[in-house]
Amino acid sequence: MNSAFDVVVVGAGPGGIAAAAVAAEAGARVCLLDDNGQPGGQIWRGYRSETAPKYPHGREFLKWTSRLHRTDCDIWSGWRATDQPAAHCLRLESDEETRDIQFRSLVVATGARERFLPFPGWTLPGVTGAGGLQALVKSGLDPRGKRVVVAGTGPLLLAIAAGLAGAGAEILGIYEQAPRSRLLTFGLSLAALPQKLIEGAGYRRKTLRAPYRTNCWITRAEGSTRLESVTVTNGRRQWTLACEWLACGFHLVPNLELPRLLGCRIADGYVSVDALQQSSIAAVACIGELTGIGGMDKALLEGQIAGLAAVGRQSAADALASRLIPMQRFARKLDRAFALRDELKTLAAPDTVVCRCEDTDYSELMECSSWREAKLHTRCGMGACQGRVCGAATEFLFGWQHSGVRPPVFPSSVSTVAAKADLPDAIPLS
Amino acid sequence: MRIRSSHADNCGPTSLSRMEQNSNMSDLFSIDVNGRQVEVAEGTSVAAAIMATHQACRLSVRGEPRAPLCGMGICMECRATVDGKPHRRTCQLLCVPGMEVVTE
Repeated sequence: MNSAFDVVVVGAGPGGIAAAAVAAEAGARVCLLDDNGQPGGQIWRGYRSETAPKYPHGREFLKWTSRLHRTDCDIWSGWRATDQPAAHCLRLESDEETRDIQFRSLVVATGARERFLPFPGWTLPGVTGAGGLQALVKSGLDPRGKRVVVAGTGPLLLAIAAGLAGAGAEILGIYEQAPRSRLLTFGLSLAALPQKLIEGAGYRRKTLRAPYRTNCWITRAEGSTRLESVTVTNGRRQWTLACEWLACGFHLVPNLELPRLLGCRIADGYVSVDALQQSSIAAVACIGELTGIGGMDKALLEGQIAGLAAVGRQSAADALASRLIPMQRFARKLDRAFALRDELKTLAAPDTVVCRCEDTDYSELMECSSWREAKLHTRCGMGACQGRVCGAATEFLFGWQHSGVRPPVFPSSVSTVAAKADLPDAIPLS
Repeated sequence: MRIRSSHADNCGPTSLSRMEQNSNMSDLFSIDVNGRQVEVAEGTSVAAAIMATHQACRLSVRGEPRAPLCGMGICMECRATVDGKPHRRTCQLLCVPGMEVVTE
């Protein structure tokens, strides 16, 4: 089975939906694909049109999904892009089958994941990402009555905590590793920040009575078979909190595997793009978190620009591009404001697992001098997640750079990897 | 064991307010997790259903219990056998009535 489209969009978060909608509105044949069960990405995960207005950013969800559904755009949920078997072609895999899909223009909108850092006990069941726990609750997990500590860094911690509290969790505290002074330096007025972020995310202040503490971070998690307590420090003293869940994430890192596979130029951790979101590779645009962690508004705007550019509406795309500049500046500012403190490099003990797929300990990695050497000698990064978790951790802990990716970019069946490129020769592609 | 998404109105979107829940019981159905029936709401991921049973999803290389970390298809810690197919990413898989889930 194969298919050919004018525009293929990989990733159905806000940016991908906007790109697909504007391209399809212009009459292009568009396919929007995503590995989740339904469109929406992380921010709109699980949203349904009947109830969306009650949830944060629900109005934007309604606006963009109704625009999308008025078009003839193909929406393929449950598909992962694993390889590029030929030019202008992606190999896709679902749980059932393999397909090759052709495109004239590609928009990559694969979003971001949380950065995780190892500390003693971080592999215990009950320790999740901060966005991770939010995603699980959006997927039906009931947090009522659970004592939750929220920790790590980034502008999302407060919104996540407010969401969990609104869903019935007992939030014991929110521990932000960034110092208060740095948040202030970057114009993120702390007096306004929590309130603004909570309201910005659509939550009422009263749902969140837990303390928000800057300059504090997790040093360990403990429990026999699952999480029972976490220890927090402010650098001077430590204290322990009994809890069922720890939601801990250290800001976001872009999902660069597909852009890297395609050969897109990457600088300072993000895909380099021009004013119309075009990467260094012809006919490949990258948008949203791939070009800077800036959230939904930036993704929606970049998606529209890339979608318009993909159908040749350059002047309409140009007209939107100037609005991006402050959003891109804000994204860089967030990265600096929530930069990781050096103390976080010292949390892992010699026997703390760093690579969760292969159970590689910190002590084994200390003997290695590069990511490549670690992979060869310890199997770090060689497991099912392909270094998506330990890669960002070891980059911070050891300064290792991870450059190349090899197909398939997601674990795939042997039949998917072995299949010959399945291209229709009846449809000429430029 | 019941998982019913009935959080307060400010929570995750798949959850139902109490009022909706009472008038919408048909949204609930059962799946099987390691031989136990778990009642879930429509739209619940398999990972959320497993977590509600307080069981781990898989055993690591060294045999440590592991449970969902990222919740979004990245970390692979939520893998379990679903309807006989091993290594399914349960955080990206929605529950359907009668589904059989086996964890390690």
